[in-house]
Amino acid sequence: MPSDFDTSDCYTIPGKLALPYTYFAGRVGSRFITTLRDRHKIMGVRCDHCDMVLVPPRQTCERCLRDLSDQWCEVGTRGEVVNYTVVRYPDRHQPRPVPFVLAMIRLEGADTPIVHLLEEIAPEQVVIGMAVEAVFAVKTTATIRDIDHFKPCDS
Amino acid sequence: MARRVGICAVAQTTYQRDKWHERFQGMALEVLEPLLEKTGLDFSEEQGIGMSISVSDDVFDARTISDNAMTDVLGAHMRCEEKVAQEGIQALYYGLAAIQSGHVDVVLVLGHCKESQGKSRNMVTHLAFDPFYTRPVGLDFTAAAGMQAQAYAAASDVTDDHLAEVVARAGRMARMNPATPETAVYSREEVLASPMLADPIRAHHAYPVSDGAVGMILAAEDRARDICAHPVWITGVGNCMDSFFLGDRDLTSNFALKKAAARAYRRAGIDTPRDTFDVIEISDQYAYQQPMWMEGLGLVDEGRGGAWIAGGGPDAMKVNRSGGMLAGNPLLLGGLVRAAEVSLQLMGQAGDRQVADARRGLAHGVMGPAGQFHAVAILERD
Amino acid sequence: MKKNRNVGIIGVGQSVYSSHREEVNQPEMINEAVVEALESAGLTIDDVDCIVHGNMELFEMVHQPDLWHTLGTGALGKESLRVTTGGTTGATLVAAADHLVASGLHDVVLAIGFEKLQEGHTTGGITNMADPLWGRQLQTGALTGMTAAQMIEEFGEERAKKVAMKYRILMDQHAMKNHKAHRRLGLSPDQADELMENSPQLVGELRMIHMCSQSDGACAMVFASEEKATALCDQPAWIKDHVTAHREEMFCIFGDAPVLSTHRYAARKLYQRCGITNPREEIDLFEMYDPSSWWGSDWLREFLLLEGDEHLKMIENDEIAMDGAFPVNPSGGVIASNPIGATAMVRVAEAALQIMGRAGEHQVPKTVNQALASGFGGTMWTVLTLLTRQVPW
Repeated sequence: MPSDFDTSDCYTIPGKLALPYTYFAGRVGSRFITTLRDRHKIMGVRCDHCDMVLVPPRQTCERCLRDLSDQWCEVGTRGEVVNYTVVRYPDRHQPRPVPFVLAMIRLEGADTPIVHLLEEIAPEQVVIGMAVEAVFAVKTTATIRDIDHFKPCDS
Repeated sequence: MARRVGICAVAQTTYQRDKWHERFQGMALEVLEPLLEKTGLDFSEEQGIGMSISVSDDVFDARTISDNAMTDVLGAHMRCEEKVAQEGIQALYYGLAAIQSGHVDVVLVLGHCKESQGKSRNMVTHLAFDPFYTRPVGLDFTAAAGMQAQAYAAASDVTDDHLAEVVARAGRMARMNPATPETAVYSREEVLASPMLADPIRAHHAYPVSDGAVGMILAAEDRARDICAHPVWITGVGNCMDSFFLGDRDLTSNFALKKAAARAYRRAGIDTPRDTFDVIEISDQYAYQQPMWMEGLGLVDEGRGGAWIAGGGPDAMKVNRSGGMLAGNPLLLGGLVRAAEVSLQLMGQAGDRQVADARRGLAHGVMGPAGQFHAVAILERD
Repeated sequence: MKKNRNVGIIGVGQSVYSSHREEVNQPEMINEAVVEALESAGLTIDDVDCIVHGNMELFEMVHQPDLWHTLGTGALGKESLRVTTGGTTGATLVAAADHLVASGLHDVVLAIGFEKLQEGHTTGGITNMADPLWGRQLQTGALTGMTAAQMIEEFGEERAKKVAMKYRILMDQHAMKNHKAHRRLGLSPDQADELMENSPQLVGELRMIHMCSQSDGACAMVFASEEKATALCDQPAWIKDHVTAHREEMFCIFGDAPVLSTHRYAARKLYQRCGITNPREEIDLFEMYDPSSWWGSDWLREFLLLEGDEHLKMIENDEIAMDGAFPVNPSGGVIASNPIGATAMVRVAEAALQIMGRAGEHQVPKTVNQALASGFGGTMWTVLTLLTRQVPW
């Protein structure tokens, strides 16, 4: 398009994609959620073939495609920060006002860390390797946010 | 042995922050017209373009079946038109396969994206995450990159100073590229002073939002030589998918990129990739990715990206003479723009940024959170 | 055209098709099809070189869904390609897999089409297809009553309505033999009159009973080079050729301009390229993408290059029934099951199963040497795929 293109009579049409979506967690995801909600326990699945405890749980091992849907195992509600970032750009899809910390947390007994919110600590004080524990939501939403956030362990 | 496939012509629009006054079809037409003019091709049944591959994304376009809106531009009247809904460089992979299979002789590739059209690019990439475990905590590609950048900073010698140099250089390079007229040119000090976006990624470390379109004509060897004097041959392609959950991956391992590169090198018959390429274009959406992907490609020592930058490696190895992704182009088109740029270099049509006598180049594209999917293409001229 | 090398279909997998699959999430549902396809090919995921994936993003609102779906597709560490073309996606996935193998890039490719329509809003999603300026206010999803009106005008109301309903009941009778099919209603011919009157009208004479379902489901297919296919499979279904005929977004806004049929165009081109002079005789079976029984009835004429009322007679005299001379959709077709991103692939998959002799209860009672499959989508887009029992090239 030529740079002297006259845009004085150009119009835009505002649009909005607002369609309802309902995602099904499936059997495995639903059990994870209900166990978390009702018993405050975090469940993973174990792949014996790959010798790994996987969190979040999934029906199929991504590596060997074996069915893991009855290979449940409980992992700890405490864990270790293995990585993190501080989200500082506000956006509508975000769960918190910025800045907030998203951390990769390897729970006790799990081989794969999960990503969750890390709070009750200033972003500048977060260090890799620190011990953290889950804080469960007061009001359930029947999602992974039934862990409201993680916080540094007391001791 | 399948027949060779050549890139016969390349065209692109400028990449700018907000082309609000243009429909995406208009941007695409701006690419199509010079392609037809340069090659003399049309959409006739016998000798014309036998297949059109569009690259677009329903979510970015806010159109279900976004290629449906492109049919008029792509000459789809009773013709084969298909959409690669993936990193744009995959259109090269698909076009190559379609020609080598013998099914068609001439393929048009045309990608478009208007990142400005949506309220937020991060909201689009947020939708790539699963609705149960990763969306509720607000992940998007920027946050995922923040975590990868953190891990890479710990695993390599790359410092904030090095990354400031990567960004400053991208701005300098972009000035030589007429396709990126708006790219900001920052000094190292300005980059270092820019606020954090997703620690340790700074605001100036992130590629700008942009609108644009890019296209090319691919043809089987005999047709390619008729269409243009010096086709650029696609001699190797390779790609690879990594695990979806960030926690299932080693974020600094470059697992997918190493495999993608190894596949491309093998197909191109390259045993020792270092010192092999006259020009290299990689998709550096965030500054840390330039050294990290170079390591993954096996072109820089592992964990030594910082020393490579400090030693003037990017200039010496002719990396991202276009300004790269940091100079701006839509997420979806990164690799395709890189391949277009390498082609222009090999055709001797790169203007002020031309690398003398470039004969072999590498183009790279990446998609997904923290580089879940990588694709590599090796391009060569006779 | 000189094909670089032959490509055979050696495995087919399909999830159960249903309006509701709450017990599985997206990658889990896909995995059902993947596991079955690998089993049917006698392979493990390690034998696969490349995964081809496709669906329509706005139906589930997942951006670049192949990333998440890696959890179920088996794509980890492999090459992959994602292509989509609306309703024709499934057929395009087949074309892509064919190219990837025929080119020599890969020996074994797994292609996956899927949709979980229950999770989104299908008509809303389809309406977003229309141009925001020119068409969005007018679009009514994929529902149109035009074909019914045209057939009624051409053949008279009674005959047209009877044919469309006969087609519908035949398809249901076929679906009853396919345990994977979504809608198996158990219709019988004596219900025809009642349904013609009482089934709720959607648009004009297009009634609820005529229309395809909205399904959740996934289909996966394994494609292999001639060498591998011959070694791994007693009877592969070989890909002879495929033709894609898309067309521009708007083509009937200028009054009475004649609308050229992509179906007829694609069929002519395919038959010419493959030396078919009498499709009804030379093709043994047809899996058609029939979004409604009006379209299915009408399109038969286009795909088979017929004139006049030949196509109506084929329906009236049971020629298209499972045991007829020219069986159409022994699977029950799209009216029975329609997970959109998979639907066109299911047509090819079902045609392949018939050639391989593995269609089970809905296997037609004759040898299928050559089978045709059609895909439909976008604004009257067509993809035709021709499969053979003998190595074609």
